[in-house]
Amino acid sequence: MKFKTFVWFVGPSLFMMLLFIAAPLISVFIQSFQITQPVMQQIEVETCTPGFLTQTCTTEVKTVPIIDEETGKTQTTTAWVGFQSYKNVLQMDKVWAAVGSGNFSDILQIDFWKALRFTLMFTLVTLPLVVGVGLMIALAVNNAAKSLRGPVIFISLLPFIITPVIGSLSIYWLFVGDGILTATLERWTGQDIAMFAQAWTIELLMYFYRVWHVAPFAFVIFYAGLQTVNMDTLESAIIDGASRFERLRYVIIPHLMPLIIFIALIHLMDCYRVFDEIIGFRSQAHVISLQWLTFDFLTPDDAGNRAISRAAASAMLTMIGIVFLLILPLRRTWRDHKGGAH
Amino acid sequence: MSKATAQPLSLKIFSGAFLAFWCLIAAFPIVWIAVMSVKSPRDAFAASAWDVITGPATRAAGNGLSLIDIVLGLAGLYFAVRWAFTRLPGLVEQFSPPGFIVLGWLVGAAAYGLLFVLIFFGVLPYVFGALNAIAGPLGAPILGLTTEHYVAVWVENQFYRNFMNSMIVTAGVVTVSLTVGTLAGYGLARSGSDLAFWLLIIALVFRALPHSVLVAGYLPWFINSAEILRPILGDLSPTLYGQPWAIIAVLVAINQPFTIWMLRSFFQNIPAELDEAARVDGCSHFQAFRRVIMPVMWPGVITTGLFSFLLGYNDFLVTALLLDAQNQTMVPAIAGYFNRETTTTDQVEAVAAAVSITAPLFLLVMVFQRQIVSGLTAGAVKG
Repeated sequence: MKFKTFVWFVGPSLFMMLLFIAAPLISVFIQSFQITQPVMQQIEVETCTPGFLTQTCTTEVKTVPIIDEETGKTQTTTAWVGFQSYKNVLQMDKVWAAVGSGNFSDILQIDFWKALRFTLMFTLVTLPLVVGVGLMIALAVNNAAKSLRGPVIFISLLPFIITPVIGSLSIYWLFVGDGILTATLERWTGQDIAMFAQAWTIELLMYFYRVWHVAPFAFVIFYAGLQTVNMDTLESAIIDGASRFERLRYVIIPHLMPLIIFIALIHLMDCYRVFDEIIGFRSQAHVISLQWLTFDFLTPDDAGNRAISRAAASAMLTMIGIVFLLILPLRRTWRDHKGGAH
Repeated sequence: MSKATAQPLSLKIFSGAFLAFWCLIAAFPIVWIAVMSVKSPRDAFAASAWDVITGPATRAAGNGLSLIDIVLGLAGLYFAVRWAFTRLPGLVEQFSPPGFIVLGWLVGAAAYGLLFVLIFFGVLPYVFGALNAIAGPLGAPILGLTTEHYVAVWVENQFYRNFMNSMIVTAGVVTVSLTVGTLAGYGLARSGSDLAFWLLIIALVFRALPHSVLVAGYLPWFINSAEILRPILGDLSPTLYGQPWAIIAVLVAINQPFTIWMLRSFFQNIPAELDEAARVDGCSHFQAFRRVIMPVMWPGVITTGLFSFLLGYNDFLVTALLLDAQNQTMVPAIAGYFNRETTTTDQVEAVAAAVSITAPLFLLVMVFQRQIVSGLTAGAVKG
């Protein structure tokens, strides 16, 4: 294909990606070093309240934003502040104070570190669970009668396809207050249970939700992979006296290895962006994630202001994690590409 | 199956039990919110599961189904679904003009949905009401069921506005991202150059980006876009914040990396000899694409379209931050219920709204199960 034709085919897509993905990235990068504030001025205001004989008047100095007379909006200035926004997000002074005094748990009181801890732990805990549960379902479906497979796949797809916010809400409603499962648990254990009063129970539910949501994806891929297992190898393994478990360990899992890597990669990318669970479980008071932190900075506060520069700084810090996440798989792909070219 | 690979009974039982357990876990939360949504608040949050299912408080309030309702209703449902799968396709093909079969299906599905709602919620309750009145003990309600929360959500809270916004956004996302993505996917699949490889790698990196990073980049520009664009467009310059079409552009771009990867793997499965033959016969690349590739690419395009649909439909983060209240789509709108979720009635209304959002997805899996499965495996198994 000629280069010019190639550009015509790829051009529109590339344009969209450059305009709406690459350009915002650059914009975020620049914003993270800037801060935009309304221009304030100090004015003397005399307020009078009606009183007997004479009015009672007080003068005070107030700080108010300057309002542009033409547009009626507040004037703003943009200033370069260097790493100030990063400092505000990271709060390193508090971190060092915590390290100095030995109270490491104090670090987790700071929003950013709290979010980082949860995001990483969430990613690492759910990854093996998703692969394991997905593989088990795939093996079980492969074992089941042919007529059962269609309905089972249908039911399994439901958690995968459901809107993440709604999916987490549906689990939230099972446990909230005296939801049906909390009530059942209380009856079994005989004590009062509040699932949403402390961080660790919410986290458990979040892990459960994510595995419930993603395991079907792993299952479908593993199931497709199981259909292509080489029967000859499997039979020779049987002749060599391999037990059922050994066949799984030495024949089937190596065959599925590329798929396991693929799922792990997709899962790492998606888990690192964990966000919808925070909304669905309404856990912001206890558990937050990196992406939620940026979302929170971008949401207008009570006065209608958005902390754009702090959001940009936290977004850039989130990006650093993505770079670490992708270095290994990208190096591998590059080597494969080079190997394939020669 | 040979004797050596035959499984011991214990393993079979274990595998079957595990599968049954998984199906229970997979379906339970979704089925349960569907059950909760048709009960009065007291029943929906009752402590005993049996009370939630049978709904004594709902029944006491005079909303319930009798044995006659259940039997006739299920029979009606069965015939309605059967008719949809046996007769509807024929009717659609008969009445849609040639070349507009997709449009025909859209109109057919919408008409069917409307008719379904009209008959099951408009006509049948009155018919059954009359039947129950003359049936005596058989006509007494045994199962509590009320549609009041759905009425409250859709009519009083005007959820249909959010539904329309969702439909506009998703339809836009699917159409634009498929048009742009198909061209790019074809170009990438047929070009083996280093440039194509790098584009794909960059797309992979873009796919990994958290969406909040991108939204942090859009927000200041979108809010001030009217002033930024004024020198170029004059007084026509729009404020992009809150505009559905701006959201469509954003979601299309976010979706592009995934779309081109997926479509590329589909196009690689179409033999290159096909368009080479067309080129030998004197077609340009675009003519070859239009006349030879387009007729055979639909399975891949439909599958990719399904995933674009899911992205547009399920998105919370982008729509919550970039759309204002009037143009809100369904998923962020449900967050509005959290803030006023003070009484249990509000909670059950939120449940009803959640079920309303899930219902179209349920239909989607029912109709397109095969395409979804093939789409999931396309990227992974074929490399």
